[in-house]
Formats: sequence, structure tokens, C-alpha cells
Amino acid sequence: MSAVVDGAPEPQEKNEARKHEGRSPGQLMWLRFKRDRTGVICAWVVLGYFVIAALAPVIAQLYGKDPYILYGQDPEYTAENPVLDDFGLPLGYFGGVSGDHWFGVEPQFGRDVFTMLLYGMRTSLYMALGVTTLLMLTGVVIGLVGGYFGGRTDYFLGRVTDFFLSFPQQLFFIAFMPVVTAFFVDPRDETPTYFRALAILIVLWLLGWMGMARLVRSTVLSLREREFVEAAKVAGASPWRIIRKEILPNVVSPILVQFTYLLPSTILTIAFLSFAGVGFVEPTPDWGRMFATGAKVAEQDPAFMFFPGVALVIFVLCFNLLGDAVRDALDPKSGR
Amino acid sequence: MLQFIIRRTVGAVVTLFLIGAATFFLFVAAPSDYASLACGRDCSATRLEEIREALGLNLPIAQQFWDFMTGIVMGRDFPQGHCPAPCLGQSFYSGDLVWATIKDRFPLTLSLTIGAALVFLIVGLGTGMISAFRRGSLVDKAATGASMVLSSFQIYFLGPIALAVFVYSTGWMEDPKYVPITEDPVGWLVGLSIPMVVMATIFTAQYTRMSRSSLIEQLAEDHVRTARAKGMSQKYVFFRYAWRGSLIPIVTILGIDLSSLLGGAVVTELTFSLQGIGRLAVDGAVNKDLPLTMGVMLVGAFMILLLNILVDIAYAWIDPRVRLS
Repeated sequence: MSAVVDGAPEPQEKNEARKHEGRSPGQLMWLRFKRDRTGVICAWVVLGYFVIAALAPVIAQLYGKDPYILYGQDPEYTAENPVLDDFGLPLGYFGGVSGDHWFGVEPQFGRDVFTMLLYGMRTSLYMALGVTTLLMLTGVVIGLVGGYFGGRTDYFLGRVTDFFLSFPQQLFFIAFMPVVTAFFVDPRDETPTYFRALAILIVLWLLGWMGMARLVRSTVLSLREREFVEAAKVAGASPWRIIRKEILPNVVSPILVQFTYLLPSTILTIAFLSFAGVGFVEPTPDWGRMFATGAKVAEQDPAFMFFPGVALVIFVLCFNLLGDAVRDALDPKSGR
Repeated sequence: MLQFIIRRTVGAVVTLFLIGAATFFLFVAAPSDYASLACGRDCSATRLEEIREALGLNLPIAQQFWDFMTGIVMGRDFPQGHCPAPCLGQSFYSGDLVWATIKDRFPLTLSLTIGAALVFLIVGLGTGMISAFRRGSLVDKAATGASMVLSSFQIYFLGPIALAVFVYSTGWMEDPKYVPITEDPVGWLVGLSIPMVVMATIFTAQYTRMSRSSLIEQLAEDHVRTARAKGMSQKYVFFRYAWRGSLIPIVTILGIDLSSLLGGAVVTELTFSLQGIGRLAVDGAVNKDLPLTMGVMLVGAFMILLLNILVDIAYAWIDPRVRLS
């Protein structure tokens, strides 16, 4: 019998050769994942986004534009190559798409949409990666502690989790971004971008860890009663060792699956903050802020947000499909 | 049942109090206060003191908090006059009573939330039902694919597109606006139809997928097969047995989603420049307006807690096992 559980049968001769080959669960997952064509394509697309975002300065250099230069206002550029008309709207078709500006230009300022999007993606993706990692760590620690120790600890942590869950999340994000920013800088002064980033991190972290904590807790709760944990306890293992060696390896897959769902939703939350005007502000290029501009100019120049929007839809779609593929690979029993 | 409702209500009141406390102290703990913001950059000490005095910011923080919380239950007196029972204080920025402002804006947010929820529940569950019924067919594949793509769209992207198509370029519809349902139900529906549909689109996909998979699971259950085997009609079994059972996970998810539903309404408001709770939250935050922010947070949390209790009651109604325990 082949070790691979589901999917199409392997070609016959391969099957023969691998008959008695042992495979670790990790290898099995990897094999199952590679079988899922949609998942693999999406993994490449998502990876591509991260690479493009990381290389934003290099690409912008090669492409020869800068996201901060106002091509529509700077006399140095407007003289020889005007991109905006008298009303501040892009000249040409579809938001000013041309050989110089592949994705068009921003109305009013005339900044280059392509480089804005590149830098915006960089801001959003890496910000989200940091936030999600932090959320995950917090959730895992709280879930592990609650689930493993049970009793009063669990009850207390459970109530804290419930409490945080009953906050109106989006309202809280909007209301507390300026407050948290004020912890670092006097509101009358210009806030440096990295303080804003830090404030976003704190606000999202405060209200974001509960889902992960609940998931880890319920998984740990069922694991705790299993025989192998009991055996370890009887053998005299310390709680820390049991958590590390017996329980953690078994919660890795649900955590990984949750991570792939959490990351795109974090990106969207950061985008939402900038869209609401409390996240990143001018002139920091940010994905979400492009939608705020886009909504403002939708009547005159609806093409402006076409490229950022389509890029976001493709990214989120691929990330969700990737999440499904990871889930199917890690847990073949959970059908769609 | 009654005991359950009482217990939940007490829990909700405690949670509300704690949320109020957390909001208040987090806001106060921030090193910048409204007074210095209102006073501007070149602010004399006496002027600052006057503003603080007028807003009651000179009182001890615990006293301020106590005044605010008791004001909700018993009302408060301000120099400008009495503020009746659910008094959420007076906006620092505009001087208006916060409760009146919220009462004015809240129906819009509520309309959006409920309208969109109805749209996505009907469309989502309907599509899911058809998909499950015709599993593997072209209709099923199209619905599943479309829901996957649509769920990746964002309100702030879809909204301006919808406006550009239906309002700006074709002129088929007018700019979204809010008309109270009590005044003009048709105007209410027409005015909010674009925001409702856009908001619902984002949620529909999730519910389509969920109701489909949940129904498929239910249809494979033994009691469904038994019912079919003893000769009940396909239709009767589908609706009385499978469909009802499939609602349980959906109601659960709906309960979890309530807060993101309110969040969705906030994004929708901001996208379509409608004056609802979301706009108030932004105003309160930008102006460092503590009473307004407190009011918005408390009303938002209240709505979520109330709907949560309602969802739990609905849960007991659908699933007899919950009723017994």
C-alpha cells in the first residue's frame, strides 16, 4: 500500500520502488501539497508578491521612477513631459497609462502608481508579516498555558479572551490608533513613520491574538488527555518538557493553517486603517492609502485604483487558496 | 431559558463596564489630552487651565470615570443643562450631547448591518443550498468559483467601482444616501441599496461555502438516509432534516462574525461617505474627543453583546440539544 493516502494513484513503477520506503508526516504533507496544483501555483504567486515587495527599491531604480516625486507638480518634470491636465487629472487613457508610467499616475500630484504600489506593498506585506508573527506567538503562549494547566488559569485566561473578543474591533482600531500614537509623540508634532508602524503593531496586537489563543487552547485541551502525554507525565517529565516535546509538535499544523488565514486578514486590516485615515499617512506609500485616494477621486478618475485593487484581489485570492491547500495537505480528513 | 438570559445579561453588563473602563483609562493614559490639542501650538497656561476647567478635566481621573458611568444610568447635569438618563457625556469638540449624536447616526449603521446581513444570508444560503443539491454540476462549480473570487474583493475597492458604474458613468442611480425607514421605506431601500449589496458581497461568499459544505455533511447523516428510506419525500427531508441541521454551524459563525459585521458597516460608511457610527469613531479619534469615543465604543459593544445573546437564543431554538443543557 502506498503511503500517500489520498489523491490520484502514483504511476505503477514509482509505486514499486517506493513500496517499503518510510516517510515522516512532514514528507507526506509536502507530497500532498505538491499534488495540489492550485496550491502550488498560489504559493508561487504569494512568494512572488513578497519578493517583488522586498525588491521594490531595486525595481523602482531600474524602472526609473520614485514614489515620492510629484511628476504632475514638479516643474522639472512637468515642463518636458506633462502628465496631468489643468484639473489635476491624468492625461491620456485609463488613468494616464503610458510607457513612462505603466500603471498611470495619481490625480492631483502626478505620482507614479506603479512605484507607489510597489512601495505600498512593501509597507503592507512586511508590516503584516511582523504583526501576524507577534499575534501568533501571543496566541500560542496564552492558548498553551490555558489549555495545558486548565483549572483556574484556564478560566481566567478564557474570561480575558472573551473580554477582548467583545470589543467592537474595527471601531477600537480607528479610535485607538491616534491615542496609541500619542504615547510616542506629541500629537502637534509630525509623527515619524516608524512610530506609526509601531502604533499599528500595538493596536492590532491588542485585539488580534484571541482567535489563535482559542484554537491552540482547544487543541491542547484534547491533546492533554491523550495517552502519550499521560505516559510522559508518568515517566516524570516536567510540564515544560511535555509542552515542548509532546504537545507543541501536535499543534503545529493547526497553527500553520491559521497563520495562512491570518496573514491576508492582517494585511486587509492594515489597509483598512490607512483607508480610514488613521494608519499610514502622506507621503508614505501604502496599499490601503491608495484606496482612500481612489475613493476620493472615483468620480473623476476611477482607473486610479484599478491596479492596486486588482493586485490586492489576486493576492488575497491566492493566499486564501494557499490556506485551503495547506489545510488539505496538513489534515487530509478535513474535506472542503 | 430565563435563567440563561439573565445570566447572559449580567455578563454583558459587566463586560460593558469593563470595556468602558478600558477605553476610558487607555484614553486618559495617553500623554496628550484634548485640552492641549484644542488650545493649539501657542497656548498660554491660563487658557489651557480654562479649557481643562470647562471640560472637567481637572477632577481626579477616577472621579471623571465615576461621573461618566453614573451618568449613563442616572443622567448628569452640565452647566448648559441637564442630560437625561442614558447620558454619554458631552462632546469636547462640538459640545453636543453624545447620546443625541449617536441616536442620530446609529440607525444608518444598523440599517446597513441588518440590510446587508439579510442580503448575504438569503443569497449565500440560497446559493449554498443549490450548490449542495446539485453537487458537482456546472452550477455548483460556477457558484463555488465565484464565491472564492468575490470573497477576495474588498469593500473599499468594490464600493468605488459600483459607484463609478451605477452612479457616475451611467447615472442609473443616485449617490447613496440615508433616509429613515420610518419616513420613506422605498427611499431607504433605494438610497442604501448600493452600500448594502457591496457590503453583502464580501460576506456572501463565506456563507455560500459554509452552507454548502454543512448541507453536504448533513445529507450524508444517518437520520437523513433513514428518513429517505422510510419513504419521506426528498423535499421534506431536505428542508425539515438536512437544512435545519446545517443551520447550526452557520448560526455559530454568524455569532462570531457579528463584530466583523459591524466593522464591515463601518468600512462601508467610510467608503460611501455616509454619516454613521464609523465616521463618529474617526472624528472622536482624530479630535481626541473622549466622551464621543467612549460613547461610540460602548454603543458598538452593546450592539455586539445584544446580538450575541439573540444568536444564542436562536441557537437554542434550532438545536434542541442546547435547550436541554
